[in-house]
Amino acid sequence: MNVQKQPGPDLPPPASSVGVIGWLRKNLFSSAPNTVLTLVAGYLIYITLVPAFQWAFLNADWVGDSREACDSGGACWVFVAVRFDQFMYGFYPEAEYWRINLAFGLLIALMVPLFIEKFSRKGMLAAFILIVYPVIAYYLFSGGAFGLVHVETSLWGGLSLTLVLAGVGIVAALPIGIVLALGRRSGMPIVRAVSVVFIEFWRGVPLITVLFMSSVMLPLFLPEGTHFDKLLRAMIGIVMFQSAYMAEVVRGGLQAIPKGQYEAAQALGLSYWKTMGLIVLPQALKLVIPGIVNTFIALFKDTTLVLIIGLFDLLATIQSAFSDPNWLGYSVEGYVFAAATFWIFCFSMSRYSQALERKLHTGHAR
Amino acid sequence: MSETDTAKPEMSASTGAMIQIQGMHKWYGEFHVLKDINLNVAKGERIVICGPSGSGKSTMIRCINRLEEHQQGKIIVEGTELTDDVKHIDQIRREVGMVFQHFNLFPHLTVLENCIIALIWVRKMSRREAEEIGMKFLEKVKIPEQARKYPGQLSGGQQQRVAIARSLCMNPSIMLFDEPTSALDPEMIKEVLDTMIQLAESGMTMLCVTHEMGFAKTVANRVIFMDGGEIIEENEPEAFFSNPQHDRTKLFLSQIM
Amino acid sequence: MSADPLSGAAPAKAALWRRPVFRSTVFQVLLILGVVAIANYLFTNTLHNLEQRGISTGFGFLSMEAGFGILQTLIPYDETYTFGRTFLVGLLNTLLVSGLGIFLATLIGFVMGVARLSSNWLIARIATVYIEIFRNIPLLLQILFWYFAVLQPLPQPRQSLDLGGMFFLNNRGFYLPAPVFEAGFNLVWIALAIAVVVVFFMARWARRRQEETGQQFHTVYVSLAILFGLPLLVFLAAGTPLTWELPALKGFNFKGGVTIIPELMALLTALSIYTGAFIAEAVRSGILAVSHGQTEAAYAVGLRPSVTLRLVIIPQALRVIIPQLTSQFLNLTKNSSLATAVGYPDLVAVFAGTTLNQTGQAVEVIAMTMGVYLTISLTISTFMNWYNKKKQLVER
Repeated sequence: MNVQKQPGPDLPPPASSVGVIGWLRKNLFSSAPNTVLTLVAGYLIYITLVPAFQWAFLNADWVGDSREACDSGGACWVFVAVRFDQFMYGFYPEAEYWRINLAFGLLIALMVPLFIEKFSRKGMLAAFILIVYPVIAYYLFSGGAFGLVHVETSLWGGLSLTLVLAGVGIVAALPIGIVLALGRRSGMPIVRAVSVVFIEFWRGVPLITVLFMSSVMLPLFLPEGTHFDKLLRAMIGIVMFQSAYMAEVVRGGLQAIPKGQYEAAQALGLSYWKTMGLIVLPQALKLVIPGIVNTFIALFKDTTLVLIIGLFDLLATIQSAFSDPNWLGYSVEGYVFAAATFWIFCFSMSRYSQALERKLHTGHAR
Repeated sequence: MSETDTAKPEMSASTGAMIQIQGMHKWYGEFHVLKDINLNVAKGERIVICGPSGSGKSTMIRCINRLEEHQQGKIIVEGTELTDDVKHIDQIRREVGMVFQHFNLFPHLTVLENCIIALIWVRKMSRREAEEIGMKFLEKVKIPEQARKYPGQLSGGQQQRVAIARSLCMNPSIMLFDEPTSALDPEMIKEVLDTMIQLAESGMTMLCVTHEMGFAKTVANRVIFMDGGEIIEENEPEAFFSNPQHDRTKLFLSQIM
Repeated sequence: MSADPLSGAAPAKAALWRRPVFRSTVFQVLLILGVVAIANYLFTNTLHNLEQRGISTGFGFLSMEAGFGILQTLIPYDETYTFGRTFLVGLLNTLLVSGLGIFLATLIGFVMGVARLSSNWLIARIATVYIEIFRNIPLLLQILFWYFAVLQPLPQPRQSLDLGGMFFLNNRGFYLPAPVFEAGFNLVWIALAIAVVVVFFMARWARRRQEETGQQFHTVYVSLAILFGLPLLVFLAAGTPLTWELPALKGFNFKGGVTIIPELMALLTALSIYTGAFIAEAVRSGILAVSHGQTEAAYAVGLRPSVTLRLVIIPQALRVIIPQLTSQFLNLTKNSSLATAVGYPDLVAVFAGTTLNQTGQAVEVIAMTMGVYLTISLTISTFMNWYNKKKQLVER
């Protein structure tokens, strides 16, 4: 018994399983209940999205400088346009806007090479961004040196304040988080206990109580007469809170490093700190970049809470603009603008972290 | 089919065959994975299917118990045709056991529970009865002492033997093996192959996708070579290995031997 | 060094300061001293500062009269009650919004998580869009949106939106009918209790019979029939002892029925939609974490899809889902503290807000507030650790 054949040609699949019709049948109308679901969902989308689209785009007013320009019944984007500068920069003096622009422009310019595959000194650059850049940015924002006019922190606001809060939170929390994570995995019981208590305390309470604490209690904790501005107090609270979360992220990375790495490092005669600094942390930190980005997203959204203790971040600035008697009744436009801004930042970062995770995952498997 | 081999057990043309596959085609989207597959398997026959990776061999045997759906042609298992009919699918799956490359044991159930879950829920047996059967087959694959452990606590070879026992508990008349030894360390391959040989000696109808050519030579009645979604060549093991007819078969054999 | 060089048995000992044990002991002692020093510094500063401001420390203020009203109270309360009572009122309001929020968010999350994996393209797409939009917008923004942009512009009570003559929606709240239990209704409760007991024993009996004889019993359907049927029969037999008190417009506002204040509505809507998006992701990842091979293996041994789902997929998916789910419940509870932004009287708003402002007892008030959240968190994470240990897959 012996069958022999010449290779047959590839045939096209049956018409019902491919093409537009095949796709529709498979994905939308595969069974009676599915067809009903598709039709109901389609109808719901139609009755919600069409008016929403008309409101936001077709019937919307885009240009003008007062509410009289808004007469076509749709969204009044004029409100956002008129106050755009304030939403971005808060009450920062207009003549000094360039400093904020420069600070963020510089940051973007510095970050670009990090995303270039071939760029080889990513570590150095990242260290520069984490250590030197904050100093530059501080002087740009605050001034008071190098011939720059001093700008009170009470004038900072809008999106730029949101970014400053989130940026400071993440950059300052990283080193504290690393120390706490190492402490939590340490063999020394007291070090471990102190780390665990610190981490679990901050993770167990809501950020809002932390902000209350830092704004009400911090002045009580320090010697009489010590003055802190409101922004700094909020930042201290945010950093404490965030470092606990960061510690847990870093700990996850440390746990993912196989025991063999520690053993090999010890076999080479490296001390504890050298083992950590040269072998374990570089690998662990690379693994936890997606986790760090995710905590950053959470922090970025959480910075809105400073509204409750009276700082003017993006949301608070917009919220306060609603009470302008000339622009009453445009809160929906304001909220939609704020939501869109936050959404663009958070969504793109989460996409980035997902892509990175996938890349790290495959890198590990092969 | 050019010649008739009298040594073949109950080899009849098409009637009485355990499995009949006639003109089967399958596509993944636009990709034509299986082309015009025709295959008859008689009771007690042991068939080894080999071929390069991506040649469609796994897909073909997965069509036999409807883990994959074919789009054209017929598959008839013990007189029941595989269609959309849930009843037919259930019936065929009861008769056809399958062993996977990655074992696919249920990690949250003990070894014994893995074996008896289908007896209880498909064959509607009492737990006591089911456990008796489960232990019988665990003894057969020589690991009764592991019955109360979880799959994660066993070695790969042991896990695969549990998977074989799990299929056997359902008293299938046909067993499908989808590269059962590919995920195993060399020293564990033997224990699994021994179990399979023992099974073959008991007269089970078997279809094995495997690269274990030693197994093919000693156990198989027929070797099928697939490439590009087609059955290129089929023959008795001796003739297949000593005198391959087709160029692609020769190339394949030269690469793996 | 006491080692005897001639015996050669004991290894030579290093100088004291080179031994790891000594080093780590010294380090830990220094750490303790450091922590104590910082604590002491903060403590003395605080005592001094409080003295300067003339604030007496201690929890005496809890028994003083509060003197302010609270928008929503689950227990009797008015201005004459104490600050201790405001703590309790706030705590109960927090628990109310958290409990309701957890229920709704879980519901939304499971539906959306499963929908995202639907074979229906449109449904899967809708679920994806929902998840990606709502989890990427700050919760506070969502709360403010519902409160200021949706609920506040609703019409006055006189022009309420009338939903079927039983539900009314206006800028003062959402009004629903309240059930009024009449004399005979106790019998229905008793019937329900009996039904639960019956179902419990029936399930045990069915399982035992299955294990003995292999006979199956439709426990689920029969249980549902008993649980609903028995109370219903008693209810009808007792002459339907239940009426609904409908809200009705009296003067400037609605009276009667149950009122959900807009603050609670905004908070609840935002919390459940926001957390629901995260729960949906957890559900999806849990289901995806069960490898396709498991389904195939279950089909290959002949299990039907419904049985496969129940015995193979769900038990394994829950292992992944439950830890994430509890941490989302915890987040929701902590996030309910954003109530203060719209003035819903939760623990933070009533206690860490109004009470703190009235009494100035910052340290005590903040400590008590944080203590509540810490207690909740630690209780739940203890449970989580126990659960994880119990459910961990046994591996080599």
